[in-house]
Amino acid sequence: MGLEWMAWTWQTATFFIMIAVFLIGMSIWEMARPGGDPRTGVLGLDTTRGDRLFISLLTSAYIHLAWLGLATGPLWIATILSVIVAVAIFRWV
Amino acid sequence: MNKVQNNKAWFMVLPVLVIVALNAVVPLMTVVNYSVQDTFGNNVFFFEGTRWFSEVLASERFHGALGRQFSLTATILAIEIPLGVAIALAMPRSGFWASVCLVLMALPLLIPWNVVGAMWNIYALPDIGLLGYGLNWLGIPYDFTQQPVSAWFTVILMDVWHWTSLVVLLAYAGLQSIDENYYRAAQIDGASRWAVFRYIQLPKMKHVLTIAILLRFMDSFMIYTEPFVLTGGGPGNSTTVLSIDLVKAALGEFNLGIASAMSIIYFLMTLLVCWLFYTITMQGEKS
Repeated sequence: MGLEWMAWTWQTATFFIMIAVFLIGMSIWEMARPGGDPRTGVLGLDTTRGDRLFISLLTSAYIHLAWLGLATGPLWIATILSVIVAVAIFRWV
Repeated sequence: MNKVQNNKAWFMVLPVLVIVALNAVVPLMTVVNYSVQDTFGNNVFFFEGTRWFSEVLASERFHGALGRQFSLTATILAIEIPLGVAIALAMPRSGFWASVCLVLMALPLLIPWNVVGAMWNIYALPDIGLLGYGLNWLGIPYDFTQQPVSAWFTVILMDVWHWTSLVVLLAYAGLQSIDENYYRAAQIDGASRWAVFRYIQLPKMKHVLTIAILLRFMDSFMIYTEPFVLTGGGPGNSTTVLSIDLVKAALGEFNLGIASAMSIIYFLMTLLVCWLFYTITMQGEKS
């Protein structure tokens, strides 16, 4: 069975490979230095590293959508913003 | 005592992972691929980047469907939650009639969505349906196939009929878990009926009501079959909510790029609500 029907492009393949890399990287990090119990962040939520990754990915999706809907500049600015927000989430949430 | 780690358990979840991969992850990946391309069929695709997302986010059609979706969800929640709590409060706590009420409440939940849609379609027809004919006989102009207000009224009434029971059952379970001593203490203090509800019953129902609100939010946000069978999204576009619009774009117009971009935006909204649901439930359980 070929995969033509899935209509792959290198851009979307990179996107999914990056998510897989995040998940594998987080697993290796967890095995090397366990994150331990959830901690309470500035939002009052108890989060583990995995939760923080999920929140970061979801937030970055919304940042990109907001950029496409509201802003006119190049999309990589939204990507940079997402990285900054993700770092903040991992640090403080 | 140290926990014994047994990684063989991972093999037990492998079948589920394979099923989820085949029926959820692979289609989702395909939708993401379609969302950045255009096609005229025959598996020939042209890369379009983020064009479809920009178009969907700027399209009045999408704004309209989203607005109708939120209006429908807000109206449904505003009616079903208070009504469900009121019915649960009025139900007997024990005995034969409690069982009768519970069975009656469970009945609408057992009926498949498309049957509910078909049932209400016939029930609300202005010429032969009991509801439609009755309202017109009373002098109230009603025709859900022609008037947007009538169509909305019917969709909301149908959802209230179908799903208020779920809120009732959850609220009833919450009420049943309240210890009798709270009521005795309130009686000794001479508390009014309202005070008992406000300071004993409502706080004790908080968690089940949170679940009820979020379940109803998600269900009504993804509603498709009932309004599709009842009104088909009409008259005009008046009851075309997000899911109906999505199917129109994907299957009616074969506009795969736009439909995929809409699907992803819709999926992200649902995902956010699911996450909120999960977080609130987990934090509630902990506290």
